Amino acid sequence: MVLEMYLDLFSQPCRSVYIFAKNNNIPFDFKQISLLGGEQYGEEFRKINMISKVPAIRDGDFCLGESIAILTYLAEKYKTADHWYPSDLQKRARVNEYLSWQHTAIRMHGSKIFWQKVMIPQVMGVEVSKDRLAGTLEDLEVSLKLIEEKFIEDKPFIAGEQISLADLVAIVEIMQPVGAGLDVFEGRPKLSAWRDRVQAEVGEELFNEAHQMILTSQEKVKNMDASKMQVFKPKIMKMFF
Amino acid sequence: MPLELYLDLHSQPCRSVFIFAKKTGIPFDFKFVDLFSGQQYRDDFGKISVVRKVPVMRDGDFILTESVAILQYMAEKFGTLDHWYPADLQKRARVNEYLSWQHAAMRAHGSKVFWFRAMVPILSGSEVPKEKMNSAMEDLTLSLKVFHEKFLEDKPFIIGEKISLADLVAIVEIMQLVGTGLDVFENRPSLSAWRDRVKNEIGGALFDEAHKAIMHVDSLPQTFEKNGMLEFIKPKFLKKFN
Repeated sequence: MVLEMYLDLFSQPCRSVYIFAKNNNIPFDFKQISLLGGEQYGEEFRKINMISKVPAIRDGDFCLGESIAILTYLAEKYKTADHWYPSDLQKRARVNEYLSWQHTAIRMHGSKIFWQKVMIPQVMGVEVSKDRLAGTLEDLEVSLKLIEEKFIEDKPFIAGEQISLADLVAIVEIMQPVGAGLDVFEGRPKLSAWRDRVQAEVGEELFNEAHQMILTSQEKVKNMDASKMQVFKPKIMKMFF
Repeated sequence: MPLELYLDLHSQPCRSVFIFAKKTGIPFDFKFVDLFSGQQYRDDFGKISVVRKVPVMRDGDFILTESVAILQYMAEKFGTLDHWYPADLQKRARVNEYLSWQHAAMRAHGSKVFWFRAMVPILSGSEVPKEKMNSAMEDLTLSLKVFHEKFLEDKPFIIGEKISLADLVAIVEIMQLVGTGLDVFENRPSLSAWRDRVKNEIGGALFDEAHKAIMHVDSLPQTFEKNGMLEFIKPKFLKKFN
């Protein structure tokens, strides 16, 4: 029985899992869970992940949530090339350090920007003040600065000479604000050069395929039925406003 | 040269690292970073970590931040007992699943309630508005529910029969609330039973030693009076949890 991956490429952690599996030729069944359609709350999916989050995988009768856990599980199980999750103690620690830090830093701030710039005003119909947006942008700036100065430094990739899970998890989060129309790479030559290297390693075609949804999201949002999302409004406002 | 651990036991992730090292007999130098006197903002500590957070580990010339990464590093380097971070693929994945989920859930929500109860009144001179507090409590309650129903279920520990890094990281976050006088174990018999098992595995003396500082967090006003650092700390801290 083939691995099942429950994904929506609108979501950053889904993209890192998708790219990793594809890049490493790990066979899987792509099970679409449409977040904007609320499919994550369906009874069937809740049997896979009771907290209704993507990505989630089902490997036989083993279900697993959390992209970080999924990525390291896949790397180990399918014995992917060492550089993805190095066996060297210190290199692996550098990867783990990034994977840990990013949850409440770039992931949070990049998500917030996307919701505050695009989804909340256009879908929820709630205006997001300039001040509020500026505050979120400031937080995003701090995260991007740390990525450049602490995690990448003057190395080609976060763990050193080769790409790892850290770079993958980083790039998909950074692309979320780009989807909101914010060119975070402008004025950041170091980050841009790193992005080019990551894209080259992942493969441009795969990279673009994974990011097609988020990069066309502004258009999609214009044409979507906002009434469907209203039921999520209190939750969304609490998390992202 | 032994490991150096830069810690302040008021901090949850510092406690998990401290308890793990002590419990498994990993020798280390305890380097106190006095958070409430703003030591994390000084130049000295800036040389250790630009992120200016604790815990930090220094192993020779290798410096590592992030408690989860530090715990994983120590488990591997010092060959601690398998149950802490199992070699079995699926068991390890379960530990990693918890360690990942908890950042933006248990840790974030527990920290917020801690800040609202223990810190904001001291820093701003007034209580947090009821609505804000209720909203934060709601999030914490949900995290505790998910912890019970998804992670612990009816098992003795998160991954089953034995304690792991997941239980350690969980307990220190939950204890942060207890320090503020919020007994989250009350009316939660499963959670209480789990806490007892975890405390038993760690050892009562070590558990209490690690949690001594946070259990006395109500004496913070006196601490600030003594160290005179309240005005320095205020803007930096308030920015974090507005």
